[in-house]
Amino acid sequence: MGEKEVSRRDFLGMTLGGVAAVGVGASLVAMKSSWDPLPSVVSAGFTTVDLSSMQDGEYRQVEYRGNPVYIIKKTAEMKKCEDRDVVVGNADYSVGIQICTHLGCIPSYSADTTEFHCACHGGKFDACGKNTFGPPPTPMTIPPFKIDGQKLVLGEEGPEYLKLVNKA
Amino acid sequence: MAEIRKADGIVDWLDQRIAIRPLMKVLMTEYWIPKNINFLWAMGVVLVVLFTLLVVSGLFLLMYYKPDTKLAFDSVNYTIMQEVEYGWLWRHLHAVSASVCFLIIYIHMFVGIYYGSYKKGREMIWITGMLLFVLFSAEAFSGYMLPWGQMSYWAAAVITNLFSAIPVIGPDLVIWIRGNFIVSDATLTRFFMLHVVLLPVIIIAVIVMHFYTLRIPHVNNAYGEEIDFEKEAEKFKAGNKKESKVIPFWPMFLSKDFFVASFFLAILFYLTCYHYSFALDPINFDPADHLKTPPHIYPEWYFLWSYEVLRGFFFSADLGLIAFGIANVIFVLLPWLDRSNVVAPAHKRPAFMVWYWVLIADMIVLTIWGKLPPTGVNAYIGFVASILFLFLLLVALPVITKLEAKKNGQ
Ligand code: FES
Repeated sequence: MGEKEVSRRDFLGMTLGGVAAVGVGASLVAMKSSWDPLPSVVSAGFTTVDLSSMQDGEYRQVEYRGNPVYIIKKTAEMKKCEDRDVVVGNADYSVGIQICTHLGCIPSYSADTTEFHCACHGGKFDACGKNTFGPPPTPMTIPPFKIDGQKLVLGEEGPEYLKLVNKA
Repeated sequence: MAEIRKADGIVDWLDQRIAIRPLMKVLMTEYWIPKNINFLWAMGVVLVVLFTLLVVSGLFLLMYYKPDTKLAFDSVNYTIMQEVEYGWLWRHLHAVSASVCFLIIYIHMFVGIYYGSYKKGREMIWITGMLLFVLFSAEAFSGYMLPWGQMSYWAAAVITNLFSAIPVIGPDLVIWIRGNFIVSDATLTRFFMLHVVLLPVIIIAVIVMHFYTLRIPHVNNAYGEEIDFEKEAEKFKAGNKKESKVIPFWPMFLSKDFFVASFFLAILFYLTCYHYSFALDPINFDPADHLKTPPHIYPEWYFLWSYEVLRGFFFSADLGLIAFGIANVIFVLLPWLDRSNVVAPAHKRPAFMVWYWVLIADMIVLTIWGKLPPTGVNAYIGFVASILFLFLLLVALPVITKLEAKKNGQ
């Protein structure tokens, strides 16, 4: 009898443990998912930029998923970056999310020096978006894009984008 | 159930139902405090007063604040500041108390270090205290974001971005924490929840725990003397009040704390009414703009030292982050980094005394340079000070206390 009672208690204990484990697991999943970005945020639209009106050396900023994206039409004198430049028509463009890869400040572009300067901790990037000085560990990120004639569609992974990313 | 008699008064009525007399004894009249402690030990009570002020002023702000990115800025800067009668009082009181709270926490903490109150049986007091420090930091950070000004926004952007350095899951984690690709409405509302409900509740629980941890090892004293609290309490109860080394928390000890607290409150309200601006950053009076970073961002003064450790390693973000991580948790380990058993004030421990003041000087340097732009020679000063900070805690402290222990034949 004694032994039986122990095993009965064991059974109750195991049931309790099992139910608790399932309950805790399910709650954690629910909590994690509630904290996730909403579907409307995730599907936040694409950004289309018409490049045909850009002048040589012009710098432009567009908004993509709430982040600033810079577009610079390179002049002939500016150095090329084979691994990062986006070629549309026969012009070279430098494109990237203008967010410092150190801690996420927005570096400002100076057309005179053709350099980005991050005021937060003194990071610098060249016109290609590559980190040249300070704490930023990597070049600024190139957002997914697709080339559509003279238009650049941000948010879609076109063949040119995939080629760039695979090279990098 | 015990037999309930007709009560001979309200206290007796309560005593029969909730045993209020024994409770008062345990919490107040027979909770023993050493006599030889000075005003620096009153900081705990001052913090309780401050926390109460923060809760009360926070409740009043909560009635008019709107946690919505479109409304937040104006609800604070227009509704509360211009329309609500005495709204300015609650806001300034909340901001000033938060800032001063950290000053007092630092004093409280460094008094503990000076007198060795973190060791030999008092480790739990220290750990719960440091836990409170972390919780207060989170509380301050989540609250700082609510007015939705430029500094609020970019502080939130930078701090949440820190998580992106975590290998593999980092970038996704940041989006998850923010609830969006950038700091946005979802971020504001969840931080609002943390600031007004979850964190305060946890803080209150840990405060209770912090008090409880004092119960068994008791409060340390100015000589680091080991007191037999039971024996001394007997003396006191027998009417030998002069000879006894302890006094009851209530009414004797608190009367002194009330004096310190009143003095402190006078200064606090002076600051709140006439010099509140130190607790409010001018940049935060510009509404948040997610496409424009202010030229120079920095945290509130009380986070500057660890912020400087973060960027002190200006040539490597990873090293900076690691150092920052260490700086934020290293004080928790103090009871084990200090290898000596001696509980005595620093002026009775020569090497420790030197260490203590070098540490304070270094933290002051870090704090000052944390606010300066990180360019030119500033970057190198920050670097040296950051290295020194890590060296002091990770290397110097164990070594000098080990030597001290040897000298004492331990
Ligand atoms: S965020 Fe740009 S250098 Fe730190």
